[in-house]
Amino acid sequence: MELVCPAGNLPALKRAVDEGADAVYFGFQNATNARQFAGLNFTDHRAREGIAYAHARGRRVFCAINTYPQPEGWAQWTQAVDDAAALGVDALILADTGLLDYAATRYPDLPRHLSVQGSATSHEALRFYHDRFAIKRAVLPRVLSMTQVRDLARQSPVELEVFAFGSLCIMAEGRCYLSSYLTGESPNTRGVCSPASHVRWETTPEGLESRLGGVLIDRYAEGERAGYPTLCKGRFEVDGETYHAIEEPTSLNTLDLLPELHALGISAVKIEGRQRSPAYVATVAGIWRQALDRLEKAPERFHPEPAWQANLSELSEGATTTLGAYERRWK
Amino acid sequence: MLELTLGPVAFYWTRDRYADFYAQAGEWPIETVYLGETVCSRRRDMKLDDWRDIARSLTERGKRVVLSSQTLIESEADLRGLRKVCDNGDFMVEANDHSAVRLLADAGVPFVAGPAINLYNAAALGVMAKAGMQRWVMPVEMARDALANLLTARDAAGLDAPCEVFAYGHLPLAWSARCFTARRHGLPKDRCQFVCQQYPEGLPLCAQDAPDEVFTLNGIQTLSGACQDLRHEVPEMQRMGVAAARLSPRAEGMSEVVAAFDRARRGELAERDPLALTEVGCDGYWHGQAGMKRTALQATPT
Repeated sequence: MELVCPAGNLPALKRAVDEGADAVYFGFQNATNARQFAGLNFTDHRAREGIAYAHARGRRVFCAINTYPQPEGWAQWTQAVDDAAALGVDALILADTGLLDYAATRYPDLPRHLSVQGSATSHEALRFYHDRFAIKRAVLPRVLSMTQVRDLARQSPVELEVFAFGSLCIMAEGRCYLSSYLTGESPNTRGVCSPASHVRWETTPEGLESRLGGVLIDRYAEGERAGYPTLCKGRFEVDGETYHAIEEPTSLNTLDLLPELHALGISAVKIEGRQRSPAYVATVAGIWRQALDRLEKAPERFHPEPAWQANLSELSEGATTTLGAYERRWK
Repeated sequence: MLELTLGPVAFYWTRDRYADFYAQAGEWPIETVYLGETVCSRRRDMKLDDWRDIARSLTERGKRVVLSSQTLIESEADLRGLRKVCDNGDFMVEANDHSAVRLLADAGVPFVAGPAINLYNAAALGVMAKAGMQRWVMPVEMARDALANLLTARDAAGLDAPCEVFAYGHLPLAWSARCFTARRHGLPKDRCQFVCQQYPEGLPLCAQDAPDEVFTLNGIQTLSGACQDLRHEVPEMQRMGVAAARLSPRAEGMSEVVAAFDRARRGELAERDPLALTEVGCDGYWHGQAGMKRTALQATPT
C-alpha cells in the first residue's frame, strides 16, 4: 500500500519524503485546488524544486487541481493542468468532468486520479469516470462503511485510495455547499471551507465566541479548549438542546483498519493536511511509514503501537480520533 | 415562457400526505413534476410502483413527470434501487449521482442532470450532453453572473442543453453517511425508527444566540435554514434564457408559491410589500453572496 502525504509547501514536501512518503500531493497558489490558504501551496518554481527532490529519491508527486472551474475561471484551471503537465508530475488529481475531459484529451499519457471532490461512492460511478476519462485511481469519499468499501473494492475498475488520517469531512465531499451558504465561498468554487477571512472571535460575558459569516458557531466557557470554527463542528441548538448537532471536533484515524484495507487490495492510504505544519506532516508520515512497513512484513500479526496512537491523537483536532463512517456505529 | 417545475419532495412524508399533495399539484400551473425519494434509502413507505401510480395520474392531467434518483449512493442495495428507477421504461429520470449518469448513458436513455451533479462550466455540460443529458439543474451555489457566462459559453459551444434554476425552497446543501435526525433522537442510523417522518419540513438547527434557522436537518441531508425565493428574479431568468424554474415542495403553502411564480412569469407579480420584508426568503447565491443573505433587506435603510 502506498503512503500518500500532503505537501502544503516545500519544507513539508521534503519532510514527508524524508519520513517515507511514497507519494506527495500539492496544489498551486490559487483557487484551482481544495486547500486555498494564504501563504500555502506552490509557485511553479517551488513545485519544480519539490518534484526534483522527490524524484531524486524515487518518490512520486501528484498535483491536485480538484475544484470546479466556472466559465470565467476556465482558462486559469486549464493553465494549471498545462503547468502541472509541463512540470512532469506523476498524476493529476481532478474532480470536474470538464477538466477531466480536457486533461484526458490533451495529456492522455499523464495519469488521472479522481479526487475525493468527484464524489464517486459506487462502482457504477467509478465506471463512469473510468469509461469517459480513463482514470487510473479514485480517492473515496469519507462516507462509506468498511462493508461498503469492501463491495466497492471487489468491483472497482480502478485503483482505490482511501483517507487514513487527518481532518474528517463528514459530508460527501464535492457535494457540500454549507460553507458558501454562510460565506459565499465553498470547497467547489474557491477551494476553501469555513474560510478564515469570514471568522470572527469575540470575548463576551457568555464566553469566547467564534463566528463564521456572522453566525455563532460555538461558545466556550473559561478553560474550555476552543477549536477552529469549521461550521459542521460547532455547537448548535436543535429542538431545545445545544450540542454538536452535526459532528464533534475530531480527526479520522484508521490505523486499526490497516490489515483489512490491505486485504481488500486498497492501493494507497492518504494523509489529509496540506494546511498543517512541516513538523506535523513529518510526524504523521513517520508513524504511518512504520505502520505500513510492519504491515507489509506480517499483515496477519499487525497491531498498531500504543505510542503511535497516542502521538496521532495528540496531533488531532479536539485531541480525539474516530474511525468515522468506516465504522457503522458512527452513523 | 419560463417553465415551472415542482422538484422532488426532500422530506419524509406519509403516504397520505404525498397523495394529497400531488392531487393538488395536478391542478397547479406547473408543467413538470419530479417524483421520488432523493435523500434516504431507508424511507420505504413509497415503493417505485407507488411513485409510478402518482406519475400516471399527473400525466393524465397534462404534467410531464421525471423520476428523481437517490443522491448519495452507498451500498449494493442502493444500486439495485437505482437500477429499478433507471429501467422504469416510461418516465425520464433525473440523475442525482454519477452512478445514475452511467446507468442511463449506458442504456442510451436521455436524462436530466440534478443539482448535485456539479455542472459549473461548458466543458462539463458537453461531457453530460454526450452522455445523453437533456436538461441540467444549476448547482445551487452558482451566481447569476456566472450562470449568464455559462449560458453564453453553452450557446457558443452549440450545446442544446436547457437550464433549470432552483428558484424556491430550502436549498439542498449537503449529504452525509450520518443521519442527523436520528442523532438528535439518540438513535443509530440503521435503527432510526424513521423519526424524520415526524418533521414534514425538517428539523430546525439554530445558532445558540439567535432564533433564526441556520440549517434544516433532514435525515442524512442538510438543507438551508431559510427558504430561497427568487420570484422577483423571474424576469431576469427569462431574459438570460433560463428554461425552467424549480420550486421545491414545502409542507404548507405551496399552492400560493406556485401562483406567485406563475404571475411572475406572466409579468404580473406585484412589487415587494415593504411591510412584509421579514417574510422574504434568502437570495444571496443568485447575487454572488453568501447563500443565506436576503438582499432585499440590505437595500432597505434601517
